[in-house]
Amino acid sequence: MSVELDVFVGNTTIMDEEVYQLWLDGYTVNDAVKARVDAGVLDECEATEDVLLSDTMDQYRTFQMCERLLQSPAKLANQLLFQITPHRQAMLIERYYAFDDPFVREVLGKKLSKGTKKDLDDISAKTGVTLKSCRRQFDNFKRVFKVVEELKGPLVENIRQHFLLSDKLARDYAAIVFFANNRFETGKKKLQYLTFQDFAFCAGQLINNWTVGAVDNMVEDMDVDLDKEFLQELKELKILITDKDLLDQHKSLVCTALRGKTKALPEMEANFKNLSRGLVNIATKLTNTKDVRDFFIDLVEKFIEPCRSDRWTSADLKLYLTHYTNSAHILDTFKHQAVWDRYMGVIKSCIFKMYHD
Amino acid sequence: MPGKLKAKIVAGRHLPVMDRASDLTDAFVEVKFGNTTFKTDVYPKSLNPQWNSEWFKFEVDDEDLQDEPLQITVLDHDTYSANDAIGKVYIDIDPLLCTEAASVISGWFPIYDTIHGIRGEINVLVKVELFNDLNRFRQSSCGVKFFCTTSIPRGYRAAMVHGFVEELVVNEDPEYQWIDRIRTPRASNEARQRLISLMSGELQRKIGLKVLEMGGNAVVGYLQCFDLEGESGLVVRAIGTACTLDKISSGSFSNTHTHPNTAPPSNACNSPSKDGKESPLAHGCRSTHNSPVHSACSSQRLSQNFSVSVPTLIFTGMGSGGSAGKEAGPLKTLLRQQTQTALEQREFPFFTLTSFPPAFLVHVGGVVSARSVKLLDRIHNPDEPETRDAWWEEIRQEIKSHAKALGCHAVIGYSENTSICEEVCILSASGTAAILNPRYMREGCLDMGSTDHRFDDPSPPSCGFCHIPYDELNMPFPAQLTYCYNCRRQKVPDVLFTTIDLPTEAAVTGKGCLIQARLCRLKKRAQGEVNATAISNLLPFMEYELHTQLMNKLKLRSMNALFGLHIQISVGENMLLGLASATGVYLTALPAPGGIQVAGKTPSELNEQHVLTIQKRINDTIAKNKELYQITPPELTEEGVGSPIPEPRHRSRLFRSHSESSDEVSELDLSHGKKDAFVLEIDDTDAVEDIHSLLTDASPPTGFYSCNTETMPGIYNWTTAVQMFTSVRVLRLSNANLSNQSLNKIFTDLCENLLKSFYFKLRSMIPCCLCHLNFNVAVPEEELIQVSVTAVAMTFDKDQAQERPAERFITKGGSETEDQLQFSLELCADTSSTNSQTSSKISGVQENALVSSRAASVDYGSFADRCSTWLELLRLKAHTIRRGSVKTISSLEHCSPLTEGRSRSLRSSRSFGGSSVTMVKMTPLSFLPGTRIIKYLGIINMFFIRETTSLREEGGVSGFLHSFIAEVFAMVRAHVAALGGNAVVSYSMKDCVLMENPNKNQAQCLINVSGDAVVCVRETDPEPVAQMVNSGQTCAADGTS
Repeated sequence: MSVELDVFVGNTTIMDEEVYQLWLDGYTVNDAVKARVDAGVLDECEATEDVLLSDTMDQYRTFQMCERLLQSPAKLANQLLFQITPHRQAMLIERYYAFDDPFVREVLGKKLSKGTKKDLDDISAKTGVTLKSCRRQFDNFKRVFKVVEELKGPLVENIRQHFLLSDKLARDYAAIVFFANNRFETGKKKLQYLTFQDFAFCAGQLINNWTVGAVDNMVEDMDVDLDKEFLQELKELKILITDKDLLDQHKSLVCTALRGKTKALPEMEANFKNLSRGLVNIATKLTNTKDVRDFFIDLVEKFIEPCRSDRWTSADLKLYLTHYTNSAHILDTFKHQAVWDRYMGVIKSCIFKMYHD
Repeated sequence: MPGKLKAKIVAGRHLPVMDRASDLTDAFVEVKFGNTTFKTDVYPKSLNPQWNSEWFKFEVDDEDLQDEPLQITVLDHDTYSANDAIGKVYIDIDPLLCTEAASVISGWFPIYDTIHGIRGEINVLVKVELFNDLNRFRQSSCGVKFFCTTSIPRGYRAAMVHGFVEELVVNEDPEYQWIDRIRTPRASNEARQRLISLMSGELQRKIGLKVLEMGGNAVVGYLQCFDLEGESGLVVRAIGTACTLDKISSGSFSNTHTHPNTAPPSNACNSPSKDGKESPLAHGCRSTHNSPVHSACSSQRLSQNFSVSVPTLIFTGMGSGGSAGKEAGPLKTLLRQQTQTALEQREFPFFTLTSFPPAFLVHVGGVVSARSVKLLDRIHNPDEPETRDAWWEEIRQEIKSHAKALGCHAVIGYSENTSICEEVCILSASGTAAILNPRYMREGCLDMGSTDHRFDDPSPPSCGFCHIPYDELNMPFPAQLTYCYNCRRQKVPDVLFTTIDLPTEAAVTGKGCLIQARLCRLKKRAQGEVNATAISNLLPFMEYELHTQLMNKLKLRSMNALFGLHIQISVGENMLLGLASATGVYLTALPAPGGIQVAGKTPSELNEQHVLTIQKRINDTIAKNKELYQITPPELTEEGVGSPIPEPRHRSRLFRSHSESSDEVSELDLSHGKKDAFVLEIDDTDAVEDIHSLLTDASPPTGFYSCNTETMPGIYNWTTAVQMFTSVRVLRLSNANLSNQSLNKIFTDLCENLLKSFYFKLRSMIPCCLCHLNFNVAVPEEELIQVSVTAVAMTFDKDQAQERPAERFITKGGSETEDQLQFSLELCADTSSTNSQTSSKISGVQENALVSSRAASVDYGSFADRCSTWLELLRLKAHTIRRGSVKTISSLEHCSPLTEGRSRSLRSSRSFGGSSVTMVKMTPLSFLPGTRIIKYLGIINMFFIRETTSLREEGGVSGFLHSFIAEVFAMVRAHVAALGGNAVVSYSMKDCVLMENPNKNQAQCLINVSGDAVVCVRETDPEPVAQMVNSGQTCAADGTS
């Protein structure tokens, strides 16, 4: 005796958020049943495991049928097959596009290609995220990437509108797309301490300040590619380290301003030239795609690590960078104030974010 | 040329990719009606084509308009090869032919393909221009309204109920024609879908004609079924109740459903305003019903002097409220007799309705049912489907005579169904024998508001219907009669079984619950005649055993009446399945059920112990159930209580006879039982099993209730949350050598597990009641048992649900003063002023009731004869079921629904807030809680076939059926939305026939659904609209003065 067929269909599609999460997490039906038993669902309604199995199967089927729609969320709202309330639709989409931080850290900055997809089982093994879930997350990244690639207008807004995501999630996706497009290196050991949210923040800064879209908002790919002209102009900043006078003047201005405000002043004074060279060199090299990729590793190596070894506090860092940026304005021979501000504004906030005490 | 049909194809969306090379589609559309076809241009390379076509115009007969569906085919244009079909949409344009229903069909329809399912959507506009005037409709039957709802639809009032209409049409099944061997499955499926669509159109038209002949304008309780007879053909048949319905003017509309008690009856009596709009009270609605002018002109047969014109039963005496009161006693009697004769003269005094306006139902006799086993043969001449007609005719005669035997002149809650296996077909019909009262109007209003002194009231409506209609000295079956526990005047049986919904005004103690009896019987494989005989020999035993089970379970729950009883017997090649579902309640008027006593036959030590244990378990269960269902019968006053009528000795002569032929049956000799002891004897293992199964029925988990009627007695304060669902489960019996017992267990578990699943899935809706649980069993193949269930889960407000009926009135008074001070003040004033009037009328009623119960005693002689030859009856394959009782109906508990109505409306207005979701709600009930129906848009009657040759890829049978059911829901919703509606009421899935062949990776499924498309609005109106109470019952309340 066996159950040959067992279905339950509601006029309003019944979806249990917990089961949905288990499905998204890539649990098999049997594992999901176990997980639910462990979560104590059985006690809720005098149910048996059979009941739970049947319910889980029904829901898994529903989710599978819905998946096609979730992949183009705009369709979910005007399809007729499933009757789902709008707030529930929003939940389904938001959860479907949600990702695991450990997973995204692995993929961040990698090319969203078939090659990477083949590595997913390694990533799955490493992160403990099921392969099924890895695939979904990877496909989501890729899908969003493909769609926004060809669109004009602000990146975050495009993602929000096309995938009906919350602002937060849309920003995260913008970061992922931006990283994938520019292939920023994030996987090096030295960068391991950084979380996805650190990177997402930096991506936001870069998108808002360094892309074409930051100055002109109707260009294709405007938010995905860095502003070439700007990168070119950054070369001009070299004068800050090549002109000896300017460098000395800059140093003394900063040190004067810092006097009495921090205990780390001697280290700052000693390291000034190194640090300044580091930051300006990063700026001048950004015209090379290769160096763009190494942007974060350079920031860490050239600035964050020296500061950390000198045990600067976050407050020290903030103080230093503020005065470092502002003092450049007082240098009378330094003419590239606008470029400097555009550069340092981003560098400052990225370093703040990336500097973990 | 009586009509012009116009269609416009606007756009498509989400089309499938038909051209792999471009990942796009070059779509165009063919629009076909009858033999005329139009095409749109090809819209190249798009999955979201914008055709925006011209108006395609079809000039057609109205007959065709009724029969034919508009057929829309979406195709992919292909330059070099044949165009590929993407899918089709069939649009039934019937709703456009009714002036009151939809005026335009406009919206997105799923494009459906029988092989691929839904493939995108298409936006279509359809209009109909009828050139002719209304009179010309009479030649076809355009304009006759159809309702699946089995009560008077809300917003209408019945000027007259004409009675039973039936029709059947037959045809060859395209699936079995020779051509099917050479055509594609798609072509065959489409031919079938189209044929059935045509046949149901024709059927509806023919029924419409009958209605017009009878002088009616609507069919209520329309029930259409398909019999897939395989080789021998396809039968589409329908039954319904012809009525003349009047639309209640919108001004007073909201009040229609108001329970009689809502507006003080006195109001109606005192202020007989002829028009609702003039009514001094905001909810002094009643008056609308009073307007004699209105109904008089609407139906020719309604004589000015209220009523009882012949041969149609008048049901809305409301028509002439004013004159009614003046009638003198003798005249009433005369009228009553006239009506009865009138009813008896009719061929079939049957009503497919399950709930009635207050006081329409006088007495209920009990369930009557008949079954007949037939051998199918090819229908030679489809135009003369005489055999099938004759078969049904025979069964209906049987039912009629059963009703007569119960002293009743009418059958209500009537339904018919079939079960087919190969060439054997079981035809079944069942209903509830009853006495109906055409003069209910006056009486109805008398009892209003008399709740407080219900025990003084000689004929309270809360118990009237329970009083026996038959002669107590000449009972059709053995029953324990006592004086009614409510009024003490009339006699009532100990138990009452019915197929109808619980009358609103019935006094109920505690809550009700779903009670099911399940039974499997193995039978030998056989062919033809032998097979048919074997089946017919089994039927009566099955029926008896199902009843025994029901009775035991009823007692176990300490209840005394069943409503909505539906017994289905399904035939397979080697077994018969029987499933009886009903809602058990404790009717206050009926005596408390005695316990169940277990007795061992063999007095051995061990056995004794065993018996004691079982007895204890049974007693514990009963006690537990009493608590669970809050069955605490009101303390009976000493006078007159418990004076059972001296048991008429000669009563047991009938009907029992057949029980002797079965050993199992004789374990439970009902006629033996003392009043309070129901004896179960354990003398063999079977009986032990029976008792076990009796006790293993799990009660629903806390927070859940279940019933198969419209609503749950004892719960009134519904919130707006509803969830309709369909669930199908198929079990494969792998073990070839199963005994009856183990089969029973498997079947019982299957049903129980389904229920458990529902409770679990719907746990977020607690506190919640599963209403209208409709189980359908089938044996699709040898070794397979299929159970499909459609029901609706509705949440309710917990706090108030706890209140006992008796307390509700008080509570209501309180809340009223808070909520609507003004009304309650007026209410009080009116009540007091009319009290005397009220009581005087009550006595009048009482007289009548007595008269009627006497008058109702019909010829038992013939019935007895029939029954004494039970063996003969066996061969006649028909069977009547016992249990019944009687009386006048009016209104008593009217107070209770009001409270809920109000609280619900308040609640709903709150909870609805700013939500603006355009959703289509579906429910098998005739109403949606928290809303009121403002328009009926027409009947939805759809038939779909889905087939697959890639079963595994679609997720196996479960995946296949899951998406098909979801698709059917989607198509129903889309059609309703296109008609401008937002809900389907009285929804049902009549058929779900699944055939699978996993080895070939194939499956096919047929689904037939129906319902009423409606527009409903939130009940933001603070006025109490007791909608869930007896759908569409117009309040008889008024009439007097």
